[in-house]
Amino acid sequence: MAKTGAEVPRVYGGPAGWISVAIPAAIFAFMLQFVAPVAAGQPVLLGLDWVPSMDIRLSVLIDGLSLTFALLISGIGMLVTLYSTKYLGTHPEYPRFVLFLMLFMVGMLGLVLADNLIALFVFWEITTISSYLLIGFSSDEAKSRRSALQALLVTGTGGLALLAGMILLGNVAGSFELSVILQQGDAIRAHPLYVPIVILFLAGAFTKSAQFPFHFWLPNAMAAPTPVSAYLHSATMVKGGVYLMARMNPALGETDLWFWALVIAGGFTTVFASILAVRQTDIKQVLAYTTLMALGALTLFIGAGTADAIKGMMTFLVVHSLYKAALFLMIGIVDHETGTRDVDTLRGLGRKMPLTFLGGAIAALSMAGIPPLVGFIGKEFLYKAGLGLDTASLWVTGCIFAASALMFVAAGISVLRPFTGKLAPTPQAPHEGPWAMWIGPLLLGAFSLGFGLFPDTIEAWLVAPGTWAVYGDYGYSVDLYLFREVNAAFLLSLATFATGAVLYAVHRPMRDRLGRLFEANPIKFDPGWDRVLDGLKALAAWQTNILQSGVLQRYIFTIFLTLAVGIGATLWARDVLNFSVDWTGDLDGLLFKHWAVLIFITSGAILTALTSSRMTAIAALGVVGIGVALIFIMFSAPDVAITQLLVETLVVVLVAVAMLKLPHLGLAKDRGRRPVHAALAGTVGVLVTLVMVAVLQGDIDRRITDYFEVASWPEAYGRNIVNVILVDFRAIDTFGEIAVVVIAALAAYALLRGTRYGAPADKEEDRT
Amino acid sequence: MINSIILVAATRLLTALLLLFSIFMLLRGHNLPGGGFIGGLIGATGYVLYAIAQGAEATRRALRYEPQNIAMVGLGIALAAGVFAAFFGDAFFTGQWWFAGADPSDPDDKGLPISSVLVFDIGVYLVVFGSILTLVLALEEEV
Repeated sequence: MAKTGAEVPRVYGGPAGWISVAIPAAIFAFMLQFVAPVAAGQPVLLGLDWVPSMDIRLSVLIDGLSLTFALLISGIGMLVTLYSTKYLGTHPEYPRFVLFLMLFMVGMLGLVLADNLIALFVFWEITTISSYLLIGFSSDEAKSRRSALQALLVTGTGGLALLAGMILLGNVAGSFELSVILQQGDAIRAHPLYVPIVILFLAGAFTKSAQFPFHFWLPNAMAAPTPVSAYLHSATMVKGGVYLMARMNPALGETDLWFWALVIAGGFTTVFASILAVRQTDIKQVLAYTTLMALGALTLFIGAGTADAIKGMMTFLVVHSLYKAALFLMIGIVDHETGTRDVDTLRGLGRKMPLTFLGGAIAALSMAGIPPLVGFIGKEFLYKAGLGLDTASLWVTGCIFAASALMFVAAGISVLRPFTGKLAPTPQAPHEGPWAMWIGPLLLGAFSLGFGLFPDTIEAWLVAPGTWAVYGDYGYSVDLYLFREVNAAFLLSLATFATGAVLYAVHRPMRDRLGRLFEANPIKFDPGWDRVLDGLKALAAWQTNILQSGVLQRYIFTIFLTLAVGIGATLWARDVLNFSVDWTGDLDGLLFKHWAVLIFITSGAILTALTSSRMTAIAALGVVGIGVALIFIMFSAPDVAITQLLVETLVVVLVAVAMLKLPHLGLAKDRGRRPVHAALAGTVGVLVTLVMVAVLQGDIDRRITDYFEVASWPEAYGRNIVNVILVDFRAIDTFGEIAVVVIAALAAYALLRGTRYGAPADKEEDRT
Repeated sequence: MINSIILVAATRLLTALLLLFSIFMLLRGHNLPGGGFIGGLIGATGYVLYAIAQGAEATRRALRYEPQNIAMVGLGIALAAGVFAAFFGDAFFTGQWWFAGADPSDPDDKGLPISSVLVFDIGVYLVVFGSILTLVLALEEEV
């Protein structure tokens, strides 16, 4: 490739972009074939063994719930990738972006399709990590890095809790297969571990789906490019938690704990988020908070748990994905073509961007719940389910009424204001975006309208099978319709429109009032998060300062002191030293060569301790090592002897080279500490000797030795047992060890090189 | 680096001998004292001697490849030897054997045994060899 500096920026919108569109399109088409069997009430179960020894299967469960999610993920994924070819196509990191997005999509599909809890967890974490990469895509901005880390830490912590919950649940149910677990709801609910399991699962689900008090990361995640927000933070990733709760409902639901935890958290989140939504001025932030509202509503109705509530939840799930993705894509176009998302700046874009306006308007009408769009149906059935509850009916209905009225306002803020009225000046002259961008909102709008006019379709394909799967009853008959009679739910809808319209009329003064109110509130989650992180860092710094002095002498002193105390205390507590040693026979057996080696080693050790020259000390230490090697040879362990000799040689060379740099031993300086060091060294020596003697008193268990002696030749075709153990019987251990060797070498290399490159530049010239 | 003509002259021979010896130790390891770990140590000793006599730069030239790359390649070979068993449906690191030229009617005739275990040992050899030289050469250059 030519290395000319000023090249025309490469446009990646071509083949790379089309491939990224083709993959979700193919998955979408593939998933469509399951619609008919699933709609007939027959879940599809596929799978292959992944780690059979640990009961981990890569199994796929396609029922109404997972199919609904899979179709949304692949379908909206297709529109988002198409959109990205134009939105980010000229971005130098576009291929990286596509890679992350595909990784995320695979993770999300795996998450909703997995039938095995562990597999589900692995995919769950893939979505966490890929969303970290996507939120932090503009990695040169501190804000985006912070948001990405925040999302990663919050959802990652929840993920760990979830893993613990899954392991408990798997042990309680006796299987990690969801299809098995879901059959055992009664046994699980009666188990004493039920409460911890629910708490751990909800910790995972609430962090992922940003339920209060973990809500703060989601609006910050809007630092991601807009297609990512449209995809991850509306239609898919954040719904991972909702999916988990819906999925586990047959196994964990229908108890007071489940009901109140979900109903209170969901209800609070939905109202809290919709209030926060209308006080924003950045339209993307408005949409972010309305997403939070939707997640709260979904949680609320999963908790409510009646068949009607689940039906309403499933309908609202599809409704929300359709309109929210469209709205995010719309604001992306506006941002892309005008350069701003500020609600006070944007006016009258409708004439300049008619197609974007059309797509956004349909979505906004659906969000506001206006007939004949499917959003109206979604809201109606939520009201009906809320009114039909036996307990907490007022709370559920009240929350959803307040939230829906505020949604009406949010719809007005995000579409009505920017597109109508007199055209106002913007940073860039507004014009319609390319077709690849406006086709998404329009298609999604067509579905919103189509499903609204023909509710039987969405009912038969998605809502009914989904309700069966979540409610756990395939006999329940699901019925969706646009309008049949004037009932309480319909009257509530009319009241919602009226309240919403009034609130919209006064939303600007209300926004300022709310802003002041929230400023005065002392409890702030986002800055609180910073304080928690700062506290953690301070704690880490504090304990590092104490533990890591950087003085080698102190490290070694600590290590040997711990060794002495540990061994000494154990020997004393276990009372092992109560034996009499018969020295006579042992001493008589010693030959001249044994005495010679002993003297050799002892004199080497004494010289090491007494000399004032580093070089002498190292050489003397080498003498000790070679003496030990001689002992190995005498007692016929040639492998160990050879290794000992070689290591000893290399250590002397290495340390000698390193020592050339160090100053002369300043023995006089720390003469005061020498008695302490000598005492410690003596203690360790005596203790180790005692342990050796104590070990030799008992009989040595030869079972393992015998096994290797017998099995070495017939099973591993080797006569050198040491080597056979290393490379065959315990090869995985050896592999771990050599990996450690490489890592240690690389770390040391990096440290040595670090000092070199950290030095002044003239040193660099010396080398060349 | 030590300026000694005797050492320089002797090293040329010694390094080659030590390398040859290290491979000998590697190959005999399965039945007699030796093996990848010991072989790697001996091989590294050869180059350490070379580095003392001729300096680190000459040693890097003689090695041709960066020692840390040699270590990483060794780790990769060891891993590949473990994964190899998967092609035969066996567990990770199950030894796979091929007795070249063995007489199938005679159970004691193993011919020339070639195995994934030997490949693993070669990986161990390269890891030990590369890691030690990474350290020694970096230290030599540092001083």
